[in-house]
Parts: sequence; structure tokens; C-alpha cells
Amino acid sequence: MIEAAKLTKRFGSKLAVDNLSFTVEKGDVLGFLGPNGAGKSTTMRMVTGFIPPTSGDAKICGISIVENPAAAKRKIGYLPESAPLYNDMTVIGFLKFCAEIRGLTGPEKNEAVERSIETCFLTSVARQSIDTLSKGYRHRTCLAQALLHDPEVLILDEPTDGLDPNQKYEVRQLIKRLGETKAILFSTHILEEVEASCTRAVIVDRGKIVADGTPKELLAQAPNGSLTDLFRKVTTTDTAA
Amino acid sequence: MSSLTIFKRELKSYFAQPTAYAIIVIFLLLSLGFTFSFGEFMNVGDASLEYSFFFWHPWLYMLIAPAIAMKLWADEQRTGTIELLGTFPVSTWSAIVGKFLAAATVSLVALLLTFPIILTVNYLGSPDNGTIASGYIGSFLVCCTFIAITMLVSACTRDQVVCLIVSVTICTIMVLCGYDSFTRELAKATSKSTVEAVISFGVWDHFSSLTRGLFRLQDLVWFVSFIGLCLIGTSTILSAKRA
Ligand SMILES: Nc1ncnc2c1ncn2[C@@H]1O[C@H](COP(=O)(O)OP(=O)(O)O)[C@@H](O)[C@H]1O
Ligand SMILES: [Mg+2]
Repeated sequence: MIEAAKLTKRFGSKLAVDNLSFTVEKGDVLGFLGPNGAGKSTTMRMVTGFIPPTSGDAKICGISIVENPAAAKRKIGYLPESAPLYNDMTVIGFLKFCAEIRGLTGPEKNEAVERSIETCFLTSVARQSIDTLSKGYRHRTCLAQALLHDPEVLILDEPTDGLDPNQKYEVRQLIKRLGETKAILFSTHILEEVEASCTRAVIVDRGKIVADGTPKELLAQAPNGSLTDLFRKVTTTDTAA
Repeated sequence: MSSLTIFKRELKSYFAQPTAYAIIVIFLLLSLGFTFSFGEFMNVGDASLEYSFFFWHPWLYMLIAPAIAMKLWADEQRTGTIELLGTFPVSTWSAIVGKFLAAATVSLVALLLTFPIILTVNYLGSPDNGTIASGYIGSFLVCCTFIAITMLVSACTRDQVVCLIVSVTICTIMVLCGYDSFTRELAKATSKSTVEAVISFGVWDHFSSLTRGLFRLQDLVWFVSFIGLCLIGTSTILSAKRA
């Protein structure tokens, strides 16, 4: 469902993503691991069509994001890293806007909004203005936006960042549940998340994939049987780079 | 279709906050205030409204249009919502058009709310309402031009204040170029062709013929192509920023 082929991104002289290839099938939850600055967000921005790759391509359900961006974007639900929202809107107003822009109208639109609000536990704040929401609710509102059109592909950039432990647990369960019927790519630098909700994980460092496998396989590669040790072994600290 | 969705969202956001109301009230106070004070509307008996009323519009728009349009892309870039917009299945172009039309609508509402002045001139005398209508069209086109310029500037920065300062400066220059007392000074200092070039960059030449009820195709072409170029420029800057 997601086929990234030799994605490369250069910012000036800096190589942020270096010839990265991976695939995510339906029913897969691929965890994208890596230290800060590894190029996770940049990769996701290329796959979602926000920034064009310097070279390479990504196919979403067989549709090239470079050649046919509008059609490919329809298949994707995306949660950007900082969970950006229009602060002058209410939660429900924002979701209705997003549904409309995705081409949903009438009762179909209202149903989609209702369903997203329920899935993301937003009922209590549905009519509240977004600028008065706490961080957890902001994050979930942005997640709700990604689920509106019941996309086949979900791309979530640090979906549990800044949430409290209860909320983290809920989001992980949600990812696991959604992963049964969708292809999910999500990034994190929290290792326990990989074991909790991924079917596969890759570790990215300085724009390259340095480890790839199921959580079990990765654990087997780890020197002391802990993901943390593997992570520390294969990635560079930002001070060293 | 998606332009319409974005247009509605932007328009709602203007009226959900004090922005639009403040701008409209200030515009009405100043435009009508100037007309009755400095414009000497009552004494001159200027029924076409050319000198007493429309004369002030470019001066007001050079502040008001940037205030309306400065947030259009600057805010989107500051809060990161541009990343949402950029991954929705809509083209940058339809977002640009939707946003531009929303800002233009706010200014149109402000402009139309000056209607008591039309009632007044019609009550006091028998003006040429065709000329007045043409003046209104000219006035709206000047405002749209300044909105388009501000939109272009706001695509370059995430800071609304920077956008405001830069666009007010550009609009001020466009108002001064072609303003009579300025061009007369310029004519003393430079050659005739320079003066002509400067005048054609300014808005007065195109605006004042419309306020006199003179509908020239060349003015319409000038406004439309200037606005079009600014919108295309906005699109170019936005895509260049992502690459
Ligand atoms: N717009 C940009 N311009 C220049 N450099 C960028 C830009 N976006 C990201 N980078 C650089 O690319 C690298 C990868 O960043 P990012 O993908 O955000 O990492 P991650 O999400 O893994 O923490 C970083 O070194 C970052 O500084
Ligand atoms: Mg990141």
C-alpha cells in the first residue's frame, strides 16, 4: 500500500534522507524509529506529498505521489508532527471543514465527523474552541482529522508525543486496532511503543535505514536483548554526527 | 469546489475574530470622516464623489488591505497548518484563490457599507450614479490589488508584523507613484520617460479615470494582470519554499 522507492531529500548541502526504500502492506503497522534529526519527518512529508523528493518516488495504493498527487493524497490520512490546527475554529467546525475539503458532503460528512469524534474520544470538547484545548485533546483532534475519510493509508508523525501515559496507551491501542485493516506508518523515538503496537520496525539514522525487522527479530539482533541497546548501537548521537 | 470550502473557512475566521469588524469600522469612520471634513463634501458640492470621497480610498487601503490579508499565509506557516493544507487533496492554486476571495469579500463588505453617502448625494442633488458605480468598481479593484500584494508578501514570511510592514511600504509606494504633487516634484528631477514609468506603476492613473466614470479597457487589464501576477507569484513562492 505504501511503496517508497529510493526516496532522497537534500536541503542545500545537507542530505536529510538518503536513498530510503521500504514498503508497508495492508494490515502492517510499520514503526519508524530513529533519533531526532534522523529524517523521519522529512520522509513522511515526502510520502504524503507535502514536499517533493529530490529523487525517488512513493506509491500510495499504486498511485505515484509525484505524478498524481491529488489522487494519492485522497488515500492518505496524515497527522503532522506538531499536530497543527486552526485555532479560531471549534473542534467540530474544524473536522467538518476537513471532511468537506476531502469531498464529503451532507449526511456522509456528518457521519464521518461523528465517527471520528467518537473514535478519538472528543465528544466532551466537540463544541469547544480549539485554542482552549489541552495538548492531549489538540493531538487527538488532529488525529481525528486524519481518520475522517477512512483512509487506506495512515501516516502518523510521533502520534504519542506529549501525551500522558493514559493517552499514550489509548493511542497505541487505537493504532493497533486501525492497523488490522489499514497500512500504517508511524514514527516515534519511544522504544516500548514498537513492542506495543508494531508488526514491523525500521531504525533510521542520518537518513538511512540501519535495522529492519519484526520487533522479535530486532530484539534477537540486540546485544543484551533490549531494543534500547540495539538503538544505541546502530544510531549515532547528535553530538557525534 | 475546494476553493469554496477554503473561502468559507477564511471568511468565517475573519468574522469569528474582531479583525473584520475592527477593519470595517475603521474604514467607515475614516472614509466618511475624511469626506465630510477635509473632503469638504458639503461645501464643494462634489456630486460625483471623485474628490471628496474616492480620493481618500487608496490612502486608506494602503493600510487596511495589508491588515486584512497579512495573516493569509503568514499564520498558516507559523502554526504549521500549511502542512495540513499541503497534504489535503487540493491544489495550492485553489487555496490561493479561496483565500484571496475571502479577503476581497471583507473589503467589499466595508466598501458597500459606505452606501449612506450615495443616499446623501442623491438626496442633496442629482448625481451621475453611473460615475459613482464606476468609482466603486475602481476603489474595489485598488483594494484587491493591495490585497494581492500583501498575499504575495505573506507567502514569504511566517511573521505577520514583518508582512504588514513590508506590504504597507509597497502599497504606499504604489500610492505615491502617480500622485500629482509627487510626480510634479519627480518631473523636475528626472526625465519624462522615468516619470511615465513611475506613474504607470502607481494606482492613481488607473483609479482616477474610473472615478471620473471613464471605463478604459487598459485600466481593467492593468488591475487584473497585476492581481493575477501577484497570485501566480504567491503560488511560486509557496512551492519554492517546500522544495
Ligand atoms: N526545511 C528544512 N530545511 C533545512 N533542513 C531541514 C528542513 N527540514 C528538516 N531539515 C533537516 O533535516 C534533518 C532531518 O529532520 P527531520 O526529518 O525533521 O528529523 P526527525 O523527524 O527524524 O527528527 C534534520 O537535520 C533537519 O535539520
Ligand atoms: Mg520529526
